[in-house]
Amino acid sequence: MSTIPIVAPGQSREESTTLPGGPRRRRPNFFPHALLTPALIVLLVLVGWPVVKLVITSFQHFGREQAFGKPATWAGFQNYTKVLTDQSFWQMLERSFAFMAVAVFVTMVLGTLVALLMQRLSRGMRNLVSVGLLLAWAMPALTSVIVWGWMFDTDYGVINYLLTKVTGHNWVGHQWLLNPVSFFVVLGVILVWQGVPFIAFTMYAGLSQIDGEITEAAQIDGASGWQRFWLIHVPHVKQVILVLVVLSVIWDLRVFAQVYALQGIGGIAEKTSTLGVWIYQKGSATGDYGLSAAAAVIMVIMMLAISFTYVRQTIEEDDQ
Amino acid sequence: MSVAVAPVRAIRPTTAVNRQTARSRWSRAVYNLIAVAIFIASVFPVYWMISSSFLPTNKVRAATPTFFPGADFTLRNYHSAIFDQARAQFWPALQNSLKVTLLTLVVTLAIAFLASVAIGRFLFRGRKTFIIAILVVQMIPGEAMMLTYFRLIDGVHGLNTIWGLGVIYIATVLPFTIWTLRGFVTAVPKELEHAAMIDGCSRGGAFWRITFPLLAPGLVATGIFAFIQAWNEFVMALIIMSRPAAMTLPVWLRTFQQATQASDWGGLMAGSTLIAIPIVIFFLFVQGRMTGGLVSGAVKG
Repeated sequence: MSTIPIVAPGQSREESTTLPGGPRRRRPNFFPHALLTPALIVLLVLVGWPVVKLVITSFQHFGREQAFGKPATWAGFQNYTKVLTDQSFWQMLERSFAFMAVAVFVTMVLGTLVALLMQRLSRGMRNLVSVGLLLAWAMPALTSVIVWGWMFDTDYGVINYLLTKVTGHNWVGHQWLLNPVSFFVVLGVILVWQGVPFIAFTMYAGLSQIDGEITEAAQIDGASGWQRFWLIHVPHVKQVILVLVVLSVIWDLRVFAQVYALQGIGGIAEKTSTLGVWIYQKGSATGDYGLSAAAAVIMVIMMLAISFTYVRQTIEEDDQ
Repeated sequence: MSVAVAPVRAIRPTTAVNRQTARSRWSRAVYNLIAVAIFIASVFPVYWMISSSFLPTNKVRAATPTFFPGADFTLRNYHSAIFDQARAQFWPALQNSLKVTLLTLVVTLAIAFLASVAIGRFLFRGRKTFIIAILVVQMIPGEAMMLTYFRLIDGVHGLNTIWGLGVIYIATVLPFTIWTLRGFVTAVPKELEHAAMIDGCSRGGAFWRITFPLLAPGLVATGIFAFIQAWNEFVMALIIMSRPAAMTLPVWLRTFQQATQASDWGGLMAGSTLIAIPIVIFFLFVQGRMTGGLVSGAVKG
């Protein structure tokens, strides 16, 4: 959305509550509040209230019986200490962050390279690449996991077949999902495949806004392609990159559907669960909703902390 | 690379130019080759899904994969995916998906439209708070809230109902939709409305006749987003719509996977294709409209 110019600076927006040319009337206007009311109701009832409920539950002993109506008792910080002293929580957290870091890095680098390539392509070739990227982007998460699961299938998967052909070593029968490390390789391939299009399109839009004359001038002054990229392109799209990194970090940290579905195809849940799936399993499998809620609150706080810069920057942009 | 070329050019222009065109022709070929590779990598899984869905089981489960169905082409996988009585039923799932998606789309767009006009066109107390709220809300992971949502919807007897699931989708999609639409609202210059008012339109009339039509691309773009979200979502649907008659398509596909122990890849691919193809075609068809150059040209034109 950064391509859309922010039209109204503060004062001119203020004018809209008055008639053009007429005297400025300074009376409270309830019209915008009326427009906001439906949205506010939805957000309060369906986001505000559940968040409050979640926080309350995280301070309670809340198990299966309580879910069926037995009153819950207060637990203080017990759920939190239980989560934070749980070894599997820290292992899962380490796993989630390590996976996220690699996935974000690979997606960003590939996405940027694709965007740079698209700039250098003829119109026809660029459209070809765009259509391909759009296809990958539009695939529903669940179906893409199932399709990739089929391609990585142990006995009949096309990937094992091709690897056997290319390397000469027999890959047929290789179980990709059983080993946690290669499980995350498969997961990473799926996320990168679906994540690159968005990065590429946004970076391409950002790079296209750079004035061609600046690049040309630098070229005449003798800047190499590498120098032009780091000294002209990167500073110009710094804001875009920042937003993309933050969004990718958040998306890859909270990835749920893909992990969950891939575990359904194969893979050991205890060794491959990431943040969201771990919380879900703690809640539904063990029935300890209090513990699960405490972990969820911790997750929400982490996400908010990570997105702080993004939110602040967006608001600053709005103020300009 | 052009560093080396630049000084040479000053002395002997012809050779330098020749060398440069030769090099650019060569790099053009490399770029095109990479472009084709990217296209294949992006499209192959989609192709593989469709191709496998048309294969009989003995070709799917074969040591050598079949890269093109050809003579083995069969619709049997689709037939069993749609009509097999032992499986969860396809048509009710399709209807549920359509209903929930439509509900989400219409309600979200209506509410988001009003809210985006409020924050995009007016200055009022609490505007900034509201903006911060819708940005922050997007960062709250829905996965963390799943069990809370389940209890909330259960509490109002909304389990296994279209509105029960739809209401969650609306809440999930709404903040993003408001924020994106706001961008489109602010991008329509107020001068247009002012001009219409000078020409004798009322303020409301100016909005409806001038600004609203210009917002169409924005409504389409955010509508697509809401559509895709609601159509593809399956985690919430899994929890809320557990009864077979209430399943949406992604949940339908998942039961399918469990029932067959993931061995019937042909059938699974047919099911995946049935879900994915409508959305992929829809996406390709409307994506040109998403960016919508209509608004930017409004003042100049």
